[in-house]
Order: sequence, then C-alpha cells, then structure tokens
Amino acid sequence: MCLAIPGKVLSIDQGGTPLMADVSFGGISKKVCLEWLPDVREGEYVIVHVGFAISKVDEEEALETLRLFQEIGDFEEGDMKPPDGPAPKDGE
Amino acid sequence: MRFVDEYRDKDSAARFADLLQRITTRPWTIMEICGGQTHTIVKYGIESLLPPAITLVHGPGCPVCVTPLEMIDKAIAIASQPDVILTSFGDMLRVPGSQKDLLTVKAEMGNVRMVYSPLDALKIAQENPKKRVVFFGVGFETTAPANAMAVWQARRMGVKNFSLLCSHVLVPPAMEAILSSPSNHVQGFLAAGHVCAIMGYEEYIPLASRYAIPIVVTGFEPLDLLQGIAMTVKQLEEGRHEVENQYTRAVRQEGNVRARRLLQEVFTVSDRAWRGIGIIPSSGFELREEYAAFDAARVFEVGTIAAQESPLCIAGQILQGWKKPYDCSAFGHQCTPEHPLGAPMVSSEGSCAAYYHYRRRQGTPAATP
Ligand code: SF4
Repeated sequence: MCLAIPGKVLSIDQGGTPLMADVSFGGISKKVCLEWLPDVREGEYVIVHVGFAISKVDEEEALETLRLFQEIGDFEEGDMKPPDGPAPKDGE
Repeated sequence: MRFVDEYRDKDSAARFADLLQRITTRPWTIMEICGGQTHTIVKYGIESLLPPAITLVHGPGCPVCVTPLEMIDKAIAIASQPDVILTSFGDMLRVPGSQKDLLTVKAEMGNVRMVYSPLDALKIAQENPKKRVVFFGVGFETTAPANAMAVWQARRMGVKNFSLLCSHVLVPPAMEAILSSPSNHVQGFLAAGHVCAIMGYEEYIPLASRYAIPIVVTGFEPLDLLQGIAMTVKQLEEGRHEVENQYTRAVRQEGNVRARRLLQEVFTVSDRAWRGIGIIPSSGFELREEYAAFDAARVFEVGTIAAQESPLCIAGQILQGWKKPYDCSAFGHQCTPEHPLGAPMVSSEGSCAAYYHYRRRQGTPAATP
C-alpha cells in the first residue's frame, strides 16, 4: 500500500485545482496530482503514491548513488574508520 | 523502467554482500520499518546475501496490518447502511473483520468499490449526489496528504456527501514505542524512504541520539536496501548513532513542505490504537474540528465496536520485531493468504504474506502457494 513508483511527467494540465499531470510508468500513462510539486517540468521524473507525486527524482543524486554502487570496494577501503575516527562521508 | 532497473543490478548486490562480510565483526539486529521494504527484502532474498551475524526484523510499517479490527468492523457497519458507497484501496477490502470482510459486503450489497486514489472516491461522490460516499483511508505519512487533499477539496467544492473514515498512523511514535520497550533488541533502523519523502527526517535526529541508535533513511529497491543496511552496520561497527540518508534521489531533509502544510491544515495529531500493539500516544492523525462534517466516524453513528482477535495470531510480536512469521504455529497451516487469521497475512506488504509467498527461509512450514 505504501508502494510508490517513479514515472516521467508527460504533460501538465495548467491552471487546475488541484494541479494534475499525465505521468508515464514504463509506457502506461496515468493522471497524477502534482499539487505538492508545482515546480516540476515535463520530462522530469516524480515518485508517485496513490495518484499523488510526492517527490521529484533528483537525477544528479540518482547518478551519484549509482556511482557509489560501482565503487563499493573503494568506498570501504577509503572510508572505514576506527570507532572514534572522523565521520565517513558515504551516503551523504 | 528508469530509476528502478539500475537499482536491481546483481553485480553491485554481490559487491555489497562482500562489503558486509568484511565490515561485520559482531551480531547486529536491524529493523526495516516499512512493509514495502519487507516485501523487497523477502522477494529478492536480501537476507541470504547478509553475513549470518546480521538479523533483519520486520517492523510495523504495513498500514493495513496495524489497522485495528474494530476499525474494519466500523467500515463494514458503515457500508451496511442504506445509500452508502464505501471506497478504499484494494488491500483494505480483503482484511477480515470479526464477521466478514468488505469484499463480502461488496458481493452482498454491491456498494463497496476499490479505488486507486482518494481523489477517485471524491469523484464517485460528485457523480452520485444521492449516495453518501465514504473513503476508508488508512496509511502512514506517505498516504495521509492524499487523503487530506480529498477532504480539503470536498470542503472547497462543497461536496457534502463525501466523508473520510480515517485511520492514519505515524511512524516516529511507533519507533519510539519499540525502542522504549524492555524487550527491544533492535539496534539500528532503516527508516521508510517514502514516509520521509513527505515528512523529511528532522524528527529522527532526537530519536537517534536519545536511544543511541543509527537511523538510515532507505529506499525500496534491492540495492537501496543493501546500501541502507551497509550504512547502518558501518555506524554500528564504528559506534556511531546518526541519522543518514541513503535515499538521496527522493528524500530531502525537510520533506515535502507543501504536503506537510496541508496535513497541518486538515489533521491534528491524536493517540491511536495499533492492531497487535495497542494504543501509542500521539501516533495518529484525526480530522480537525473544521472538517467534522467530512469525518465518517462522526457523521455515522456506529458506536463502539469490540472485536476479538484470533488467539493463535502473534502479529503484535511480529510487528514489533520480537518474532518472525515462521515462529507462529498457525503460519501456513490455519493461516494462509486465502484464509488469513491476522492482517499481516492479508496485505501483500504484511510480513506473514511476504514469507508465505516467497518462502525465503528454509524450514519454514509454508505450504505450496
Ligand atoms: S501467520 Fe497468520 S496467525 Fe500467525 S502471526 Fe501471521 S497473520 Fe497472525
């Protein structure tokens, strides 16, 4: 029930209350309420839960997370610190 | 699908498994809060990738599972009144009340409808002005703003035949209830990413320091969970207890300010009963006085309903991380998704149903689905 999935904003119905948009989920288009994210543009990705866009997908952060996945080996060697060492920076 | 498939990569998962093997020196117990995360963990066999020293326990984050039986009976009582159309999410319709479930009422009276969004329920109200349309709204902070929007819209447009039967629960008070219990053995939390997409994670900072427990805001794909677990284990091994955010592509510290503002406008925080756990102070939302006319609990006189749980069901202990589904003597025998004794077997996000469907653990007494 808490399922929320990313979809691509196809078009925004300007001027309505609440603000609605067509969002595509792997090719299937649905009407989604965009009221929480009025600054989202067409072509951007949003995370949708029960017909509401709750969060914009930050592409830069998404790429950064993927880059971390590739470098897990380094991130361990470079970052592991003894218990009282300075805080590591992973996942920030 | 973009932003999904990349987070299911096998090689990266193997690297995380390897990393966890290397950094884990002691036994740790970590709880994921959200039923959606439980589902991913069981479905993708995440536990089999972890070193044996790490135990995952499954939290109370399935809203359908923690909705009290009395509430379901209340919804059934409302649905049984004349001129009512009761609407809810599909999962909710299948949860057995003490006598029957809403799907049975649907078959008997034909006035129960499954909707995808609370706005669909509002639309049904507009299209059926002679009917009283009730939306049975359950859910955590992720879902509450959607239900708030339906009520706010109904009031704005004067849709007087719409009301909300509201059973909203809040995550941080439940985490606190688990942590303050003398039987607690949870040492780290994976916080529910989508709850935090709305609420942000400022609320968790005092919790992490008061109970000296790492809390990592985590997403829902297999690699998100593996990374969230790795970040939690790293903190535990290093003796840190901070709030960290794994799910940076979707969660900002302050959450979604506009959605939070509407929550404030429509709801007020109240004590709430959690199925299997009991009353947790300040752990739910109810409609504000200004919205009383849209509050199904006030509009319909159904009185107090006392309901009896199955004596076999240990859902409460499972929801608090003390027991796992295969510890229940009814699991897979008397209790199956077709004939559930308790809510965690009904909802696809309930841990009993997740274990039943994927039978991850060897030796579980699950029958063939
Ligand atoms: S298996 Fe069934 S009876 Fe046992 S705890 Fe889960 S829901 Fe309750």
